[in-house]
Amino acid sequence: MVGMAEAWNEAPLRIGVVAMQGAFREHARAIRTLGAEAVEVRRPEQMEGLDGLILPGGESTAIGQLIQEFGLDPALRRFAEEGRPVYGTCAGMILLAKDVAGSQQYRLGLMDMRAQRNAFGRQRESFETGLAVPALGEEPFPAVFIRAPYIESVQSPCEALAVYGDKIVMAREGRFLATAFHPELTDDLRVHRYFLDMVRQAKEERDLAKGRAGVL
Amino acid sequence: MEAQQGTLRVKTGLAEMLKGGVIMDVTTPEQAKIAERAGACAVMALERVPADIRAAGGVARMADPTIIKAIMGAVTIPVMAKARIGHFVEAQVLEALGADYIDESEVLTPADDKYHINKHSFKVPFVCGARNLGEALRRLAEGAAMIRTKGEPGTGNVVEAVRHMRQMNEDIRRVSAASDEELVAIAKDLGAPVELVAEVRRLGRLPVVNFAAGGIATPADAALMMQLGCDGVFVGSGIFKSGNPEARARAIVRAVTHYNDPKILAEISENLGEAMPGVEISTITQPGRMQERGW
Repeated sequence: MVGMAEAWNEAPLRIGVVAMQGAFREHARAIRTLGAEAVEVRRPEQMEGLDGLILPGGESTAIGQLIQEFGLDPALRRFAEEGRPVYGTCAGMILLAKDVAGSQQYRLGLMDMRAQRNAFGRQRESFETGLAVPALGEEPFPAVFIRAPYIESVQSPCEALAVYGDKIVMAREGRFLATAFHPELTDDLRVHRYFLDMVRQAKEERDLAKGRAGVL
Repeated sequence: MEAQQGTLRVKTGLAEMLKGGVIMDVTTPEQAKIAERAGACAVMALERVPADIRAAGGVARMADPTIIKAIMGAVTIPVMAKARIGHFVEAQVLEALGADYIDESEVLTPADDKYHINKHSFKVPFVCGARNLGEALRRLAEGAAMIRTKGEPGTGNVVEAVRHMRQMNEDIRRVSAASDEELVAIAKDLGAPVELVAEVRRLGRLPVVNFAAGGIATPADAALMMQLGCDGVFVGSGIFKSGNPEARARAIVRAVTHYNDPKILAEISENLGEAMPGVEISTITQPGRMQERGW
């Protein structure tokens, strides 16, 4: 029994990356570098057996449309309800927000926060900076902001994990994680590692619950 | 810590976000909205689409700022605009207007017969056309942050886009297989800096995002270019010169996402109305061949 449980835990985590449009390849690369399996997701059936999911940066209007049209919306909601972790960067963060300032655009609305799109300005205002993220340790994180959104406000239990100036740029609510910046464009894997820890923990809890229910 | 703007990572970063998407030529705010609703990842603001530039002849220049501003006001997706090859003042104007990307484009009449714009001196990123790896790497050396294969704009004929993409792939394969001593000779051959050639060898691909352009008119054309290995597509005249721009725009966006799924491609290719009228490349005489502009 013990041997089996170990083998179960050693199976690599499977992380889906929604591949409708945007920087999905870079997320997949980061996930693979950390020893987990990355799966591109364009259709609902590709979400079978995933432990976690990433909504990449790109254009939130385009990604949102394609998610709705190709039947991913109900699959994503079910996935989240089952307690599987989801991480959104930039456009993905907008899709996770309950509220988007001045916009009725499609979103999953899984996190109790209000996002503001293109909030720093146009491309010439895009920037990179060393960002203090206490949850990732002392060393500043190389944060790349591309026509980035920020989070105007969060409602408990959603909490801010990083702030740039007076703007929230990273937040977590239980098993959901959001960044306004793009860790996948850098070689610093700390955000992805943080997310994989969330995924691993959620998986252990699910396995435990399954065990209790007598499935194992 | 200080925020740094206009860094290479920030410039190439926007191109990374456009991947798997379609950038559409538009000439009015209404067209821009149609493009956005169809799922375009960006629009190219123009006074005329390439097919009309081809028909009009004469000198084609940067669009009137009024048009670019109106389009920027109409949509939330990135707005690109074209400057003439070598016309760094048009580029300065576009940067001042707040365009998100500048296309130093052979679709417009070149303003300099020797030099391209020094793109390092701008905060706004540039995309440039290329027919082969040498041309692409020269543009990167000048500071471009994104490449597009040229194709032959305004023709609705995908053959040149395919030729340029295949050439790019062939060049990259050759570089990837090269030994250290071959590298300098290849760099000389390509007319490109050896450091960039070495970078291509290390990565096995271009160091920046590469879109296909010039002649894409159908969802199958777009999927063809994706299967040949490009990161996304530009569609110029192909949408707003077709019978049903709205339906065609949507179909091409979906074709780029599902480029490897022939069943979905079949479904989305139905009932799109007339494609734009095409031009056979051999009927275009030399001054009309836009792809030969650029050095």
